[in-house]
Amino acid sequence: MTKPSDGQELFLRRMRRHRLTVRIARVLILVLFLLLWEITASTGIIDSFIFSSPSRIALCFREMVLDRSIFLHIGVTLYETIASFLLVTASSILAAILLWCSLRLSEILEPYLVVLNSLPKSALAPLLIVWLGATPTTIIVAGMSVAVFGSIMNLYTSFITVDREKIKLIYTLHGNRRHALLKVVLPGSIPAVISNMKVNIGLCLVGVVIGEFLAARNGLGYLIIYSSQVFKMDWLIMSIFLLCIMAMALYAVIGTVEKIYNRRY
Amino acid sequence: MKPLLELKNINYSYHTPDGETKALSNISFTLSTGEFTAVVGPSGCGKSTLLSLIDGLMRPESGELLLNGAPLTDNSSKIGYMLQHDHLFEWRSVYRNILLGAEINGPITPEVKARALDLLDQYGLGQFAGSKPSELSGGMRQRAALIRTLLLDPELLLLDEPFSALDYQTRLKVSDDIGQIIRHSGKTALLVTHDLSEAVSLSDRIIILSQRPAEVVRIVPITFTLENDTPLNRRNAPEFKTYFNEIWKELNKNDQTI
Repeated sequence: MTKPSDGQELFLRRMRRHRLTVRIARVLILVLFLLLWEITASTGIIDSFIFSSPSRIALCFREMVLDRSIFLHIGVTLYETIASFLLVTASSILAAILLWCSLRLSEILEPYLVVLNSLPKSALAPLLIVWLGATPTTIIVAGMSVAVFGSIMNLYTSFITVDREKIKLIYTLHGNRRHALLKVVLPGSIPAVISNMKVNIGLCLVGVVIGEFLAARNGLGYLIIYSSQVFKMDWLIMSIFLLCIMAMALYAVIGTVEKIYNRRY
Repeated sequence: MKPLLELKNINYSYHTPDGETKALSNISFTLSTGEFTAVVGPSGCGKSTLLSLIDGLMRPESGELLLNGAPLTDNSSKIGYMLQHDHLFEWRSVYRNILLGAEINGPITPEVKARALDLLDQYGLGQFAGSKPSELSGGMRQRAALIRTLLLDPELLLLDEPFSALDYQTRLKVSDDIGQIIRHSGKTALLVTHDLSEAVSLSDRIIILSQRPAEVVRIVPITFTLENDTPLNRRNAPEFKTYFNEIWKELNKNDQTI
């Protein structure tokens, strides 16, 4: 390999320095925030009974790891989120295919989808509890209800905006509508499906936590509601932190899937 | 010679809530086997509609379309259609793009695979079989699109301005290249274009259409006395200008838009 020119070297050095600055600043913000919080709590500037503190949260987390109760709560929320996410993904792809197959059906159903999508889904949760009982099924359905209608609309839009000339190509090769779906619409919509999944995973987590507020005996949403009632702020804030980490991790998994897909195609 | 394709008094209109637009009016002509025919006319006159009707993607409102003397059933496998853009799918390799039509028309046999690889080799794309379409040049992409059509072994090739998306220099090379491939394959071809020099350099006959609703104004036979009759050589021959001017005049005779 030839040695890069001085200008190129300078450019690369600047780029590396820029990336490093961004990374350090990101970590620094978190560290400073935690430090400030800890110091103000331990010196009594803020009331650690109400605001808790990083060290109290860490202790609380340690305790719950030792008695293993935290794994149950994390596991339940994770399971419900993943289950509702998978169901949303599968059912919205199927529904979008159905709508794509019949222009008439999609036109008839459009106002219903719009209404269902703009309805605040938390309003549905009490109804679901009455109908389905206070079970994990209810929570999974609550998680689905937040994401599924928007997801169907997004996927359907991406299906019908596939280049019409590409579909004409299928017909000129003597194919039919089924071939257009399988050879053009579905493979061409994979990037849209993945970006839709990125949105859905977050929405499902929201729905699941709403469901757990109302109808659960374990899970992080339950832990948040319970701890606010018994005034255990350490539990509450720890649960919020855990939800943050969970949301980031789930998003990262789908981000990885997207990267693998983009590398292949 | 018995005609391969006959069009008799074809009429077609588009319908929208705002009204009816007559696109084709009493179009009649025939194509003989092995002949290369071009259709020229003002843009928007209904040239592409004509091809869609012949390919069976749409039905004429009245008139008859006969292929080998029999009424045309929709979507006949004897007709291949090459669109304006290559529409190679980025999620398939070049080789799998070429197999698209074959996949649609039945299971892929080892013979089809062998023929696909053979065509790729023959037209200089052998080493790109595994590549992504984005790695090909504009001309190579158009060749790949042609191979995709030829793999179904059509008797009649419909070409809908297949070079218009290319820049001028590439267009000259690719039309020369594709024109020769079609000549050697002995296929009958019907080319729709708004580029007169392309029509004169490629075809045996030029059908001139009027403005919408399109009617056949004139059919001009094209003959060049060249030793090596290729599209590029035709462009330098003295007859080229004569034909070009003749068709240009005919096209502009009835044009009130300029």
